[in-house]
Amino acid sequence: MSKVPTDLKYTRTHEWLRTLPDGIVEVGITDHAQHALGDLVFVEVPEAGRTVSLGEPFAVVESVKAASDVYAPVSGEVIEGNPTLAGAPETLNSDPYGDGWLARLRLTGTPAPLLSAAEYEKLTAEEAD
Amino acid sequence: MNAERANRLEKLIFEYSVPGRGAEDQWPAPVESAAVEDLPEPLRRARPPLLPAVSELETVRHFTRLSQLNFSIDTNFYPLGSCTMKYNPKACNQYAMLPEFLARHPLAPDSAGQGVLECLFELQEMLKAVTGMQAVSLSPMAGAQGEFAGVAMIRAYHRARGDLERNEIIVPQAAHGTNPATATMCGCVVREVPVDAEGDVDIAALAAAVGPKTAGIMLTNPSTLGVFERRIEEVARIVHAAGGLLYYDGANLNAILGKVRPGDMGFDVIHVNLHKTFSTPHGGGGPGSGPVGVAARLAPFLPVPVVGRRGDRYCWLTERDLPQSIGRLSAFCGNVGVLLRAYIYMRMLGRDGMARVGEFATLNANYLLARLTRSGFDAAYPGRRASHEFIITLKRQARELGVSAMDFAKRLLDHGQHAPTTYFPLLVPECLLIEPTETESKAALDAFAAAMARILTEAAQEPEHVTSAPHTMPVRRLDDVRAAKQLDLTWKPAT
Repeated sequence: MSKVPTDLKYTRTHEWLRTLPDGIVEVGITDHAQHALGDLVFVEVPEAGRTVSLGEPFAVVESVKAASDVYAPVSGEVIEGNPTLAGAPETLNSDPYGDGWLARLRLTGTPAPLLSAAEYEKLTAEEAD
Repeated sequence: MNAERANRLEKLIFEYSVPGRGAEDQWPAPVESAAVEDLPEPLRRARPPLLPAVSELETVRHFTRLSQLNFSIDTNFYPLGSCTMKYNPKACNQYAMLPEFLARHPLAPDSAGQGVLECLFELQEMLKAVTGMQAVSLSPMAGAQGEFAGVAMIRAYHRARGDLERNEIIVPQAAHGTNPATATMCGCVVREVPVDAEGDVDIAALAAAVGPKTAGIMLTNPSTLGVFERRIEEVARIVHAAGGLLYYDGANLNAILGKVRPGDMGFDVIHVNLHKTFSTPHGGGGPGSGPVGVAARLAPFLPVPVVGRRGDRYCWLTERDLPQSIGRLSAFCGNVGVLLRAYIYMRMLGRDGMARVGEFATLNANYLLARLTRSGFDAAYPGRRASHEFIITLKRQARELGVSAMDFAKRLLDHGQHAPTTYFPLLVPECLLIEPTETESKAALDAFAAAMARILTEAAQEPEHVTSAPHTMPVRRLDDVRAAKQLDLTWKPAT
């Protein structure tokens, strides 16, 4: 069973969000998503300074099975992309909610309605049927 | 694969080198020294090139051993979905290799190549007839370039009308996997549209997605889900009403050959993968060919050159004749040798033969689907009739037995079956996309179905034997991750 930390918010497209104490939002993909993708061999994170809008592809994750876009769960300005993923994409497999974060953003709009951990867990359970 | 393992399979030809050895009988005739001296000094090499120093027999053995490592349509059933790995009749190769074709220089005047030009002209005409399009250009060098040409023409069409805002290409989830890349390469923004539970395009989502920015939609029919898009006329109406054009990816043309034409479904532009449908060599980096066909309104934008006819003479039409052309995509006219193979194949089949291709491709797929579902496999779209290919999902087996679609694919190799396409389309979890093609016999289909049934039994009784497959291939299961991260590309022995 995939891990779904209760202190995070989620999207239907398998991204997670964490609001840091300074109001910056940290974004990544879920344990369920990394498990479905399989071993990652390449991760492209957005550059600092880039403006992304809600729903726009802002990162790319590529595994031995597939290459997938990651959609921005909020609109905002990229403060930094995770610099470790270029050299060590497997970090995203081993620690999707910690060292495997993709980007940190400063919000420029109100976030779209997000899912709670319980709601996200229900969604992935439905997908597994 | 690491170097040590590769060496055990077959060494590089350079590793057989013994200084001074050679196959002199096979060398090209010596060039007169006067001709060499005509070349400017800086262009002449001072030392001979680094070539393997091996005898003729060593060369024959090396390449024969390499060829024995192939797992190919010439040796095995190859149901690689979305790729149409059917048998290419050897006659197509044989006739395309006639010296009159091979020896023609591309810069020879039209008057010296009327035969080749006539073949290419007739190929254009046959492609028009079978796709329902009004004009064809043979110049794209591959399916990907055909796609590029198609979307480039859509953009040129809107630009020529002063309709400069149209830069969005709609791509349904069931479209061919390359389509979003093509749209992006052409400078368009991709808008994805979902499909419904039955595999058809979500009409409401499509209607909401189109608008004044819509340049066009890219789809294939039957779709990558292995089912016929039933509401294609409605899709065409919605996109056309919004001012967009319809692009048909020829990936799945084999299913409808001689039965229904993209032009009649409302498509404005199509590319055809000659290597899938019309018996030209598959992949490996080429040579490929991806002709494009268009409706009348896109004809002025076709890539040049195309073959024209003036009276009873054939000639190349160039930028002079088609000033609005998107331009040239290749030197000369695409891969003429490949085009000739398609021409010969189409002439051998004829109109009735083409309809039989569509019928048997579809019959074989539906037969195999029925056999597999009877053996306990789950169709991804159980209510739907298969087109020329179909999807089974091993989600249940993965959950209950811990044996994945990839494990089935690997174990099939031990049964002498090439694996189907795995994990594509992305929409269906743990999927195998299976395309038997029309050239396989019932016995070949039965053998594949039997192998799948045996693996299913094995997965229940002895799953580790499936998850560690293959067991009989020259190499065992490769480390995909390491292979992708640590590229091991060797072209000569380390010195």
